[in-house]
Amino acid sequence: MSSDENLAEARRVLGICNACGYCNGFCDVFESAKHRPALREGDLAHLSNLCHACRNCLYACQYAPPHGFGVNVPRALASARHQSYLDHVWPRALSGLLDRSALSALLVGLGAVVFLVIWALVAVPGEVLFASHEGEGAFYRIVPWGWMVLIGLLPLGWSLLALGVGLRRYWRLTAPQSVRVTPRVLWAALRDILVLRNLRGGGPGCNDLDDRLSQRRRWLHQTMLLGVALSFAATLVATVYHHVLEWEAPYPLLSAPVLLGTVGGVAMSIAALGLIWLKWRGDQTPTTARARQAGYAILVLLFLVAVTGLALLIWRATAAMGLLLVVHLGSVLALFLLLPYSKLVHAGYRAIALLIEAIEREGRR
Amino acid sequence: MSHDPAQNPSALAVGRFDDLNPSTHQPDVLVIGGGTAALCAAISARTAGVSVLLLECAPKGLRGGNTRHSRNVRVMHESTTPLSAGVYPEQEFCSDLSRASGGTADAALRRVLVRRSAETADWLTNMGAHLQPVSSGVLPMSRKTLFLLGGGKAMLNALYARAERLGVEIRYEAEARDPLIRQGRLEQISVRQGADMQTLRPGATVLCCGGAQANRDWLRAHWGEAADGFVNRGTPFATGEVLQSLLRQGVQSVGDPKTAYLVAVDARSPADDGGIVTRIRCMPAGIVVDAHGQRFHDEGGDSASTRYALWGQRLVGRPGQIAYLILDARAMRTAPPALYAPIVAASIAELATELEIAPASLEVTLARYNAAVQPPIENDDPDGWHTRDLDPPKSRHARPLTEPPFAAYPMRPGITFTYQGLGVDEQARVRLCDGTAMENLFAAGMIMAPNIIPRGYVSGLAMSIGVAFGRIAGEEAARYVQR
Repeated sequence: MSSDENLAEARRVLGICNACGYCNGFCDVFESAKHRPALREGDLAHLSNLCHACRNCLYACQYAPPHGFGVNVPRALASARHQSYLDHVWPRALSGLLDRSALSALLVGLGAVVFLVIWALVAVPGEVLFASHEGEGAFYRIVPWGWMVLIGLLPLGWSLLALGVGLRRYWRLTAPQSVRVTPRVLWAALRDILVLRNLRGGGPGCNDLDDRLSQRRRWLHQTMLLGVALSFAATLVATVYHHVLEWEAPYPLLSAPVLLGTVGGVAMSIAALGLIWLKWRGDQTPTTARARQAGYAILVLLFLVAVTGLALLIWRATAAMGLLLVVHLGSVLALFLLLPYSKLVHAGYRAIALLIEAIEREGRR
Repeated sequence: MSHDPAQNPSALAVGRFDDLNPSTHQPDVLVIGGGTAALCAAISARTAGVSVLLLECAPKGLRGGNTRHSRNVRVMHESTTPLSAGVYPEQEFCSDLSRASGGTADAALRRVLVRRSAETADWLTNMGAHLQPVSSGVLPMSRKTLFLLGGGKAMLNALYARAERLGVEIRYEAEARDPLIRQGRLEQISVRQGADMQTLRPGATVLCCGGAQANRDWLRAHWGEAADGFVNRGTPFATGEVLQSLLRQGVQSVGDPKTAYLVAVDARSPADDGGIVTRIRCMPAGIVVDAHGQRFHDEGGDSASTRYALWGQRLVGRPGQIAYLILDARAMRTAPPALYAPIVAASIAELATELEIAPASLEVTLARYNAAVQPPIENDDPDGWHTRDLDPPKSRHARPLTEPPFAAYPMRPGITFTYQGLGVDEQARVRLCDGTAMENLFAAGMIMAPNIIPRGYVSGLAMSIGVAFGRIAGEEAARYVQR
């Protein structure tokens, strides 16, 4: 379907929802749609990003196929959501990366790893690369600290800029005219993110796999979030060790960076596998091929980052460390490069959608 | 929960069907239908320890009768709960029913319903269904009814899953027909599944297959040509085959086949199954004219939820069973969301042409109406706009309709259910014409609802009857088989 057709379909099904309203206990989408009866482009972007793709409203729908109205809200909103991701990619010319997520994850992932491996083979003498190193500064004998920072910060800086531009445009499209962001509203939005209030089906859970309700996706998603947060915390602590305390990595097994990174990596791996399994086994009716592809692509990449990180930890005292380090850095580089061109953009748009909801709820009080 | 076999293993242990081939066995209890009453009957009979076969004539995706289109269930509750705003005592429920039905209902059955309804929330919750708490903050204000989280279909999904787990055999696209009554018993009944026909002789049978509102021949027989102008709001599978066959064989008829619960729906709705979204709701905002462009009733007189049904009834008497709600741009801004966008035109004459009404006629009707409009008498009564010297009057909400563009919703009577059913006793046993109850034939749900509500309606009642009498019929059918 073209983007216009995607939006027209989302408008059609939400129009029926607005006349029905039976699903308003599942999540905020339906009440929010009721307050946006015109269902303009910005409204659809907001509603599609507010939707956490929990699927309950398809299973509960009296108008779902085979009914002639053919109402499939999660699918229509998945299309509209994907469209809104593409519309806000910066620079626009790179939106193809997000549209063909599997291909871009493969190319960027492989490209980054192969590039770094070749670089290491060329630049690092063989007796250094394939020797076992121990003690402070071992990693930097393979990849000097300055290079490592460059590999991390340059792409990350670019990606944050691209994300920022996209978020800013998205905010302008969807935010209400008068906005009062108070601490109370921020806290409400943060709470909705932390407990995934909209991924509980109003309490009993969601149709994650089939017509039975479960809380699996909610828990797996938050495990992923925790894993990423811990891994990030590990990096921050390590930076403090390096610059402030002037201790060089690798750090002992019982040090804070290693513990945080290990727990984070294990959490990310488990969550990625669980979410891939849900995607694989779940009913595909409420989704679209493009949305599934984007999900798989980012989950596989996150899994690679986590697993190569854990492998590096396990075999860091062996001769394999050199290559493992380079492969891990390559996967992190790919992740950083793809931040604004992958499904990860959902985090920002959904956070904005939840913030807007919190603002509007406050306004209706 | 004592009914749950997981906690009451003996309930399943006495099941007598495990060693039989399910495709050839004769079930202890046969349940005909697939909506609320059928599921409640099947689950109740199965938990009592008998084998149960449920025949749903719809395919799986459209299962559940009109429960699929339902949302709330009326229950008595003497104390406050998180599920409704305030209490609803037994006496109030009884008098609401009595008033709605004009005092024509079976008082004993009414009492059974009201008392049983008090258990509904707990029972449904124990069966895995979910109710939406008032604290969700998005429910219509209701003291007398509870809302199913996600509506009737979500509840059906939970009940079907429970029934399957308990070992109820469920067949879809399985149509029951040709029931045979002999010597005051149901002797046999046939099942058609595609080209296959099978004759069953179950120990007991529970009929939960609703009314006949989807049967065009039936409607035509009772309403004449007007029936062709009806839209069936609900399931296309409520054809009343078994009901009609039993009535021909001397089963007691209750209610009146010449009456039906009708609401005003958009005339462009599909012939069947359009459900809740097809309702036209904002008559007080405009004027309603027939195919000749003439008004025929006070549009502002009633604003209670019962107005939908009153308008359905009124449309039956109009030429071609069609009428048009006419709004101007101001009124359109107040209209609630609807399934179809209204027909819009820049002027009244153009709108009339679109609707195939003589333009002069509609213009005169509107001009007379606008000329008769008077502002409220009391300053603090914004809805007090009314007409003077207009016949019929518009007693409230009578704002002038002058701001272009103008819009119209075409409306037809939408049939929701019929008021003819089978007589039953307090054990839900079907009665014969002489009043005696048949020992092995039970009925629950809308097929016996006219015992309790032979005319009129109150919201959430169909679900109450389905749960209460479905459970009674299932329990009694199992008891009869196990006697």
